Amino acid sequence: MSEALKFHFDVDGDDFTSAGKASVQVKKNLRQLGLSPETIRRVSIAMYEGEINMVIHAGGGIADVTVTEDCIEILLSDKGPGIKDIDKAMQEGYSTASDNIRSLGFGAGMGLPNMKRYTDYMDIKSTVGVGTDITMRVNI
Amino acid sequence: MTVEALKEHGFSAVALPEPDREITGVYIGDLLSWVMGRAKSGDAWITIMSNINVLAVASLADTACVIAAEDVEITDDIAKAAGSKGINILSFSGSAYEAAVLLYELL
Repeated sequence: MSEALKFHFDVDGDDFTSAGKASVQVKKNLRQLGLSPETIRRVSIAMYEGEINMVIHAGGGIADVTVTEDCIEILLSDKGPGIKDIDKAMQEGYSTASDNIRSLGFGAGMGLPNMKRYTDYMDIKSTVGVGTDITMRVNI
Repeated sequence: MTVEALKEHGFSAVALPEPDREITGVYIGDLLSWVMGRAKSGDAWITIMSNINVLAVASLADTACVIAAEDVEITDDIAKAAGSKGINILSFSGSAYEAAVLLYELL
């Protein structure tokens, strides 16, 4: 069995303008691996949404991407405020982002729904005041 | 049609690192996550958003080009970054609707 490929990223919480760096890098890496454009698109969109969420809500965090023979797994982990009501957060259009964030074009309440839509598996573990861990998998 | 061909129809090039990219559809929107969730690969994305995050969304959603409607200002920094990231940007003086009508006729 071939060994899994792993990529690790620190997502900077201060710099809004460079948010997306990790996702764009993952997109490049996956392209080099020769994965299908649709798989790459799904992974990078789901990861970008997660990255933006960590910047908007949690002051940054870490992202780990593992590529195995049959799937790509993305782990996002932050020590932010946590998600109070995950069911609500999963609804399209629900957002707690500030007006400032909205003026940048974010805060449409589509982040988590997009992450679910573009992945084959998604699990959210969140504790208020402690942080949030999200696991997503896209089958190859 | 290709992105470059838009130049003959009232769109002006801001950054065209991939001029031969084929346009296969159109999407209009300013909420970035909405666009990422709905725009298809190969779409011409019409928007009035002009901040740096537009580049990430265009890249990840794999749109053929960004069309900045209403002549919204694209700063030199962003144009430069678009060039280096392979993202086509054109500006258009009319509204998003007018751009869409024009594209409808061209595609």
